[in-house]
Amino acid sequence: MTKLSEVFTNKKAFIAFVVAGDPDFAACADNIVALAEAGADLVEIGIPFSDPVADGPVIQAADLRAFSAGSTTAKVFDLVAAVRKRTQVPLVFLTYCNLVYQYGYDAFFTRCAALNVAGAIIPDLPLEERGEVKPIAEAHGCQIIPLVTPTTPPERIAKIVADVDGFIYVVSSMGITGTRDAIDTDLTQLIANIRKYTTTPTAIGFGIHTPAQAAQMGALADGVIVGSAIVDIIGHYGHEAPAHLQEYVKAMQAALPY
Amino acid sequence: MQKIKPGRFGDFGGQYIPETLMTEVNRLAAAYDHYKNDSEFQAELTTLLNDYAGRPSRLYYAQRMSQDLGGAQIYFKREDLNHTGSHKINNVLGQMLLAQKMGKTRVIAETGAGQHGVATATVAALMGMECEIFMGKVDTERQALNVYRMELLGAKVHAVTTGTGTLKDAVNAAMQEWTARVDDTHYVIGSTMGPHPFPTMVRDFQSVISREARAQILDATGKLPAAVVACVGGGSNAMGAFYNFIDDKDVRLIGCEAAGKGVNTEQQAATMERGRTGIFHGMKSRFIQDNDGQIAPVYSISAGLDYPGIGPEHVQLAESGRAEYVGVTDDEAVDAFEYIAKEEGIICAIESAHAVAYVQKLAPQLAKDQIIICNLSGRGDKDVAAIARYRGVDIHD
Repeated sequence: MTKLSEVFTNKKAFIAFVVAGDPDFAACADNIVALAEAGADLVEIGIPFSDPVADGPVIQAADLRAFSAGSTTAKVFDLVAAVRKRTQVPLVFLTYCNLVYQYGYDAFFTRCAALNVAGAIIPDLPLEERGEVKPIAEAHGCQIIPLVTPTTPPERIAKIVADVDGFIYVVSSMGITGTRDAIDTDLTQLIANIRKYTTTPTAIGFGIHTPAQAAQMGALADGVIVGSAIVDIIGHYGHEAPAHLQEYVKAMQAALPY
Repeated sequence: MQKIKPGRFGDFGGQYIPETLMTEVNRLAAAYDHYKNDSEFQAELTTLLNDYAGRPSRLYYAQRMSQDLGGAQIYFKREDLNHTGSHKINNVLGQMLLAQKMGKTRVIAETGAGQHGVATATVAALMGMECEIFMGKVDTERQALNVYRMELLGAKVHAVTTGTGTLKDAVNAAMQEWTARVDDTHYVIGSTMGPHPFPTMVRDFQSVISREARAQILDATGKLPAAVVACVGGGSNAMGAFYNFIDDKDVRLIGCEAAGKGVNTEQQAATMERGRTGIFHGMKSRFIQDNDGQIAPVYSISAGLDYPGIGPEHVQLAESGRAEYVGVTDDEAVDAFEYIAKEEGIICAIESAHAVAYVQKLAPQLAKDQIIICNLSGRGDKDVAAIARYRGVDIHD
């Protein structure tokens, strides 16, 4: 099993997000491989949900494309199995709690472990509820990646990051996913607050899309997460996306500080 | 024994929401814990409920209907006579007074039929707060009059086009808006659903219905009813109507859910019958969903019952056997809508007509010395044009 914290060892990590099955399952596998080959350090695979309340219009549109391609949880695991024959890039899932609950927490993380999917980001599973999932995931060697946001007070950050391996997902801005021209949260302070309580790596996501932002955010945290900008490329270029994704990842990686 | 966390009803309830909202929701829970025991807050709320909303609402003996059905004596709890025309005002006054105490200057809300949106827009006008309402595009079309009413009251109405364009999508959109702006904004959830503290808080604000009804029926007849009947979508009017009867073990509590074109068709919103346990809209509860857990499209003639979930406390009441839940079809509800109009001169909401339809079935099975209290959750002016169209008469709002 990939050890997630090692993704951040001696470098700033570039983390890419795609929606499973967007625009179809074969093309999605090609996209993940292209991202890995271009230097993405970790790929988050979104399992589409009918009602993605944390996601903006770009990712919602990708979810709809994936549903048109017949996305089911079983097919997403098949996709990962196909990807694993081509790349050993570190992988995590991003999905909503109900899909994991319906698959069965234990069955879900059993599959994850078998496919070397190192963890899951579950936006609607906050600190208050993660106790029903986290021990099960960890029993299979998987991590539940917690989120910290601009409104999370320090005493709550302490509880969220306690006993967490993998990395901390730092939400750059309030609201939903999507590219932002300006991120006006005091992220220096937020990251400092997190580092008071843990040495677990941090990665900033929500809104990051330009190399300049990657440089700026990469200086603050241990990694940057790019979702909507990548999904936008896939939406725009369809089956021609791999070349464009590679170009984009290389530009973002080049902008990241060492 | 394992300690039950606050906001849990057995296994159900909880706070399954993004971290972006958790701090605000916890602040709300703390504020509610404080003010619910604050006598000054309660006195202010009572004044608003009485002087502004017109409480207490009447418990009306439906003599003609009781005679016609030939069984139990039927009483209607007249929430339809409240200001804004439904039970929704009870919860809205409570939450918005609380929001004001918390220093909020702006409220947002979802609405299905428009009743909750109208109540929220009304109280926003009363309290001088900014107000934005999220309503599914489909619902804005079938309840066009309520959209105009909200605008008249100064609210901005957003027609939500994502998903099925109905109540669940309106909730999604309102939650998204809240994550973007929590500092000055309170989200007035309209039913006994969502993350803790909402299911508890909304139930408490609605429990005035059964507090009054229990005292009123004892005063009028000297005994308790055999059954309390209410419609359920998210379940706020039913929780309000049931709550103070829960400890009266001989009182049957019956929730009527929307069976649409038939409980065995795909066009229904009968969550208790067709749903199973899941996690959505901040709560572990029962939802209509596919095998993977994708939330399924639902249908009812009634925009207010057209929701794929139900409040977590109802699921606990169902699983413990304390309450029963029955399906009522569109056809049965429309028949009841017409029946109560002709029999009692009351045009009730199509949502409430689901409860009336079940009373028509239940009353003849009971003895003449038994009592049914039926909660008339809202008035039906908003539904007249839709019912006319259902009957093939081409009328538009």
